[in-house]
Amino acid sequence: MLTLKQSRRLTTVLTGTLSWALALLLFFPILWMLLTSFKTELEAFATPPQFVFTPTLENYLHIQDRSGYFKYAWNSVFIAFGATALGMLIAVPAAYSMAFFETRRTKGTLLWMLSTKMLPPVGVLVPIYLLAKQFGLLDTRTVLIVIYTLINLPIMVWMIYTYFRDIPRDILEAARMDGASTLQEIVQVLLPIARGGLASTVLLSVILCWNEAFWSLNLTSSNAAPLSALIASYSSPEGLFWAKLSAVSTLACAPILIFGWISQKQLVRGLSFGAVK
Amino acid sequence: MAELKIRNLTKGFDGLEIIKGIDLDIRDREFVVFVGPSGCGKSTLLRLIAGLEDVSGGQIELDGRDITDLPPAARDLAMVFQTYALYPHMSVRRNLSFALELARADKQEIARKVEDAARILELGPLLERKPRQLSGGQRQRVAIGRAIVRNPRIFLFDEPLSNLDAALRVQMRLELARLHQELKATMIYVTHDQVEAMTLADKVVVLNGGRIEQVGSPMTLYHSPANMFVAAFIGTPRMGFLKGRVGAVNADGCAVEVDAGCRLVLPLGGAALAVGDPVTLGIRPEHLNRSETGPCLMEVTADVSERLGSDTYCHVRTDSGEPLTVRIRGDFSPRYGERLRLSLDVDHCHLFDRDGQAIGQPLQQVA
Amino acid sequence: MNTTTLPTAPRTTAPAARAARAMRRLGPGWFLVSPSVALLLLWMLVPLAMTVYFSTIRYNLLYPGDNDFVGFENFYYFLTDAGFVPGMLNTLLLVGSVLLISVVLGVLIAALLEAAEFPGRGLVRVLLISPFFIMPTVSALIWKNLLFHPVSGILAALWKFFGARPIDWLAEYPLLSVIIIVSWQWLPFAILILMTAMQSLDQEQKEAARLDGAGPLAIFWHLTLPHLARPIAVVVMIETIFLLSVFAEIFTTTSGGPGYASTNLAYLIYNQALLQFDVGMASAGGLIAVVIANIAAIVLVRMLGKNLTEKY
Repeated sequence: MLTLKQSRRLTTVLTGTLSWALALLLFFPILWMLLTSFKTELEAFATPPQFVFTPTLENYLHIQDRSGYFKYAWNSVFIAFGATALGMLIAVPAAYSMAFFETRRTKGTLLWMLSTKMLPPVGVLVPIYLLAKQFGLLDTRTVLIVIYTLINLPIMVWMIYTYFRDIPRDILEAARMDGASTLQEIVQVLLPIARGGLASTVLLSVILCWNEAFWSLNLTSSNAAPLSALIASYSSPEGLFWAKLSAVSTLACAPILIFGWISQKQLVRGLSFGAVK
Repeated sequence: MAELKIRNLTKGFDGLEIIKGIDLDIRDREFVVFVGPSGCGKSTLLRLIAGLEDVSGGQIELDGRDITDLPPAARDLAMVFQTYALYPHMSVRRNLSFALELARADKQEIARKVEDAARILELGPLLERKPRQLSGGQRQRVAIGRAIVRNPRIFLFDEPLSNLDAALRVQMRLELARLHQELKATMIYVTHDQVEAMTLADKVVVLNGGRIEQVGSPMTLYHSPANMFVAAFIGTPRMGFLKGRVGAVNADGCAVEVDAGCRLVLPLGGAALAVGDPVTLGIRPEHLNRSETGPCLMEVTADVSERLGSDTYCHVRTDSGEPLTVRIRGDFSPRYGERLRLSLDVDHCHLFDRDGQAIGQPLQQVA
Repeated sequence: MNTTTLPTAPRTTAPAARAARAMRRLGPGWFLVSPSVALLLLWMLVPLAMTVYFSTIRYNLLYPGDNDFVGFENFYYFLTDAGFVPGMLNTLLLVGSVLLISVVLGVLIAALLEAAEFPGRGLVRVLLISPFFIMPTVSALIWKNLLFHPVSGILAALWKFFGARPIDWLAEYPLLSVIIIVSWQWLPFAILILMTAMQSLDQEQKEAARLDGAGPLAIFWHLTLPHLARPIAVVVMIETIFLLSVFAEIFTTTSGGPGYASTNLAYLIYNQALLQFDVGMASAGGLIAVVIANIAAIVLVRMLGKNLTEKY
């Protein structure tokens, strides 16, 4: 019979070992990508796979002239932040009025917004493609910004709404008593108080825009293609540039991965529409 | 100058009437307390005056100006919230100056007013701190300071002490009373705590179910409650009630036969009473005495007692099953189940008709 | 002192004041919400109406000008297309198995992490949720080239190490491969949500149960699982939304093949529209996808909608 202390230690050791094993297993593909990015193309394709090798920065140093990386990266940044800024501009007022001036329609409106997320992109692919073509917006950053704003808007409204709901109404009423106009109330009182929540909303939106691949693959080709589309171009069977692919992928994923690690707790709230805090 | 007139004020939410027609006059420099049980509409009434809610009907007039439809900021009122509602991202100094900045007041004037308020409330050393670095009592003082700097016509307080611990509450109560004297300001104060109402108010407004039950000075309410609701609400421990019937009526008063087993003649003149009418007799704990002799003796059974040292509040049950509380000397405590004899102080009995309205008034009154 | 004297207002409320009051009662609500609502309405209605219209005409980008009304012909062709039945089945299999894998493993892994405080738990958590933040095209290509590759992939090396014949995953088990890739992306999402939800489980409740003699399994079954009902529902809902339209993973790995072995509805419609230029048929397919998504949505929103808003 084990003592309580011994059995507790045993549990800790077992859980720890198992958890670490699972974590390494799930993380392995990312780790392998990182390792491959420091190999030469030959090493990357070697059989059996090489775990020990002399790392080279070759793939990173020549990333620009081999893939035009920075054009795509700039597109990604521009589109992600453009769509996020536009989305915040539209979502903040909506969330404000739904959180603080609730009417009988508020809940219905919120659920309806959520339901627009249910519309599968393929259902509207054809008309959006044709509309974009009609207006000469194919392969422009504008079209992706507009679409990303629209597909992320429900999540942003929901997320900001749940953060606003946590702010005591009293504080806003105090501002109103102090003579603040609606705009002053929002800009000088509400937004500074909710800045943490707003920051994680921005992060979530950037992450979602950055990783989006359906619309970027279908609506852009060379001019406005973001990183997600650049990487897809490596799927063509001609030429096996795994080390190069790994380097580009690592650079494309690293910022988002770090954003995700930093804000995991707040993201849960946004991703679960405020149901899990 | 600050005179507030409220005329036939009503407020409904989704067809539910919260405020059912209120008329009230508040004079300059008066400390008025709205008191009542939760859900009585006292906070709603305050918010209607503040302009944080829109009225459904009626009129609010401040110094002869109709403010019924003015936005809150244009009413020249300041409010202290129950949760203090300090701006968490601003220093104490900016919390105090925010309203003046919004009104685009002169910088030097703002600084002067903030310093003044800080001095009155002893907030000087805290001015650069953020609200979260303050204790409950300090936050409370900042909230009051925020109202003071605006120099409003009327201060509104929404249960400002209910988030403080007991000791601090007593201290802040005294500070508020002092502040009222120093600022010579008109104040409206909402609370559910009748002790706060009694100790602070010049005028108490007792609300129940969206209506005013009685308006008067604390002592008026205590000694001459207009109905059973006010009688029960004001005073701790609360007034005891005994059911009975009118035995006889004549010019000197009326005789009441109490179900609990005694008969007493109350010096109530001019009351429209008929023999046999059901009435309720009200008696406060301090007007019941343990006694073997007296005009009205009643035998009761002791329940539990609460010994406070100076006094003992003895809970008893009459033979008709009605609970009563008796205040007796602190050195005495009856055993559970012991039989006691009580005499009623006839001069301090209250009589209520079947609708709970007070009949006549006790002749003995404290001015 | 602020003692501006103002003229006495008339005792009756002026109509203008009453109108102002009505405006104020309405709040800034309608004005501030309307941009969002209008944009989303536009986003839903305009393309959808166009899809409906296109689905009833003959419309192939290769034969411009020939746009006759054809009734339900496009639907007939889409439903009898060789790709429809496999596409439908693959969609259901993909959604169903990824949901199953991510929820079951997600609950187990989240429970494992909460079972004991071990060294490096924070780091383990970070490692576990990482795949969720990798963009779909990247994860698809890592799996395709670095892990699934029949010659120099990690899995091939592993198979060889144990003396087995390496498998060409994408050719031999295309759908399973896609399921593995997508599960790898979405399991971390389930872990992330469920782990957070588990931390909000009342410790006192657990302690009370332990005093009542409940073992770890009983606590898991009677306390933890019921507590997770709502987050699990959230995971199912969000994942369903995204899994119904998995596209990039198939586009970059198998291109739906071989044959239709790994084609789902999304890919099939893309194939009709942008590879075969048959807009009419693709629109019919799109509408069918919308109908399927709506059935799922109605079920899920019914299930969850109340939960989501009622908490507040």
